[in-house]
Amino acid sequence: MDILVCVKRVPDSAENEISVAAGGADIHRDDLVYSVNEWDNYAVEEAIQITERLGGTVTVVSLGDSEAEEVVRREMAMGAGQGLLLVDGAFTGSDGLGIATILKAAVQKGRYDLILTGAQADDGGGQVGGMLAALLDWPFASLVNRIDVNEGKPLRIGREIEGGAQEVSDIETPCVLSIQTGINEPRYVGIRGIRKVASVEIPVLDATALGVETASVGSAGAKVRRVDYFVPVAGAGAEMLTGSTDELAGKLLDLLKAKGGIK
Amino acid sequence: MSDAKVFILVTHADGKADDSAFELAAASGRLFPGASTTALVVGSGVDAVCQEVATVFGEVWKFDQAALAYPNAELLRPLLVKVLPAGSRVLLAHNTFGLDLGPGLSVKLGAAYVPDVVGAEGLDGATLKVIRQEFAGQVSAHVACDISKGAVVSVRPGAFKPEPSGATGGPVVDRSTEATGLSARRSFVEVISAEAGDIDITKEDVLVSVGRGIGEQENLALVEALAEAMGAGLSCSRPIVDAKWLEKPRQVGTSGQTVKPKVYLALGISGSFQHMGGIKGNPFMIAVNKNPKAPIFQVASVGVVADLLELVPALTEKIKKGK
Repeated sequence: MDILVCVKRVPDSAENEISVAAGGADIHRDDLVYSVNEWDNYAVEEAIQITERLGGTVTVVSLGDSEAEEVVRREMAMGAGQGLLLVDGAFTGSDGLGIATILKAAVQKGRYDLILTGAQADDGGGQVGGMLAALLDWPFASLVNRIDVNEGKPLRIGREIEGGAQEVSDIETPCVLSIQTGINEPRYVGIRGIRKVASVEIPVLDATALGVETASVGSAGAKVRRVDYFVPVAGAGAEMLTGSTDELAGKLLDLLKAKGGIK
Repeated sequence: MSDAKVFILVTHADGKADDSAFELAAASGRLFPGASTTALVVGSGVDAVCQEVATVFGEVWKFDQAALAYPNAELLRPLLVKVLPAGSRVLLAHNTFGLDLGPGLSVKLGAAYVPDVVGAEGLDGATLKVIRQEFAGQVSAHVACDISKGAVVSVRPGAFKPEPSGATGGPVVDRSTEATGLSARRSFVEVISAEAGDIDITKEDVLVSVGRGIGEQENLALVEALAEAMGAGLSCSRPIVDAKWLEKPRQVGTSGQTVKPKVYLALGISGSFQHMGGIKGNPFMIAVNKNPKAPIFQVASVGVVADLLELVPALTEKIKKGK
């Protein structure tokens, strides 16, 4: 099975304090820790596990500036054989549909049985996988937390639905699946693993190479655009306690006692 | 164009409409003031759902077919493309079904897709202005959308409060005969319910809940000791279950358990809306997080910016002494 996994380089929101910069035009990006989008990492691991069992190839694709290469290489070090970078100034400002349009062109440059994306990324939209499937006219399933491959038959997949339940379906290939965290345990990538793939050539395709009309992508093609970032005026918000560790523990003890938090 | 119709896709289960249906009615009034609303109820044996939601929408379109018994987004999408007029504005919930259906639906309708909307900022001609959140809720964004060719808007559950409706009960229009001949390359097999097990955090009055901020698996012992000293239940957020450090039945959130404690002590939990969606009953909530920008501080009763590894053992010690 030949699998394409779409990955994105994002500021790691678990590791960073994100704050608004330049009057809302952007967030403060100096000193941010970037990494591969967490959901995408599970998607890459799943693709590698499938090909380890059944053969085939894994290609990792990322759309972004030249810095996306670091993320593609990291994911290749997990065991993906090929990388692919989609880079063009005209891609800047793409909305979800623009990104899906560019990825569709990349898909059509190759031959894939399965495309995996993360279920969502830093903007929380969870949209690119479903759009890509619709553009390709392939079936789609979101929030996938199980993939069983039976040769010659549709894939049997599980989707995570509300209340911790799993919705099981059969889906024909080729298809697009968006992957939920927890589907597997992504392998650790050490410095040595990354060194091993340091010299593997990663093709870079621009709009011309992809045959993408620049008017349909980037800010030019975007129907949805961010006007600015802002910090919401919170409601009451939490009453913030301050003090030394000992003082804080004392205050929490009093509060817990008063509210029936200690039995 | 403000008189263009708004179509609302109703999520339902076991003959009852999901809360999101009533939230979407409120969201429609805020996003598209004055527009008439049509609820879309798709499924098998959905008369009760239609009657239930007719109270808050201008009209209800019923698509009742055995083949639509389990909502399969791959079946529903072609049906909606067939029955919705060009340029339609569609609202759906940003839940697991909306995530499955919405993005592809917008492509097939040629409409803008506006995901996970938390607020309305106004409609200016064909420009819809909304509020979204990014970076796990740490910052918000104003977003402008060109909806001249229609829109599919997914609305975050809980973001819009249901409002008393002025509608007096709209008609239910049976359009079931149009929902035939549908096929999909994805077929439903079964739903596997969450394993019950002997852990039941939903009955606990006091929960100590741990998240990613605990850092390492071995640090969990500190939290377990605190929960024990308090006599509280131990729960967690999603990353702890993803890492297999605690069992799935301990996970609080929309994809885990819904809890109703009186006191909720959140340790190293950032407060994603999926996590907060699993906490009901407005508990007294104490949040401890090292990141002062963590969104949980917007909703907690009391907040502490601190290192768990120092504060948790200190608190455990004080509780033990105080007993």
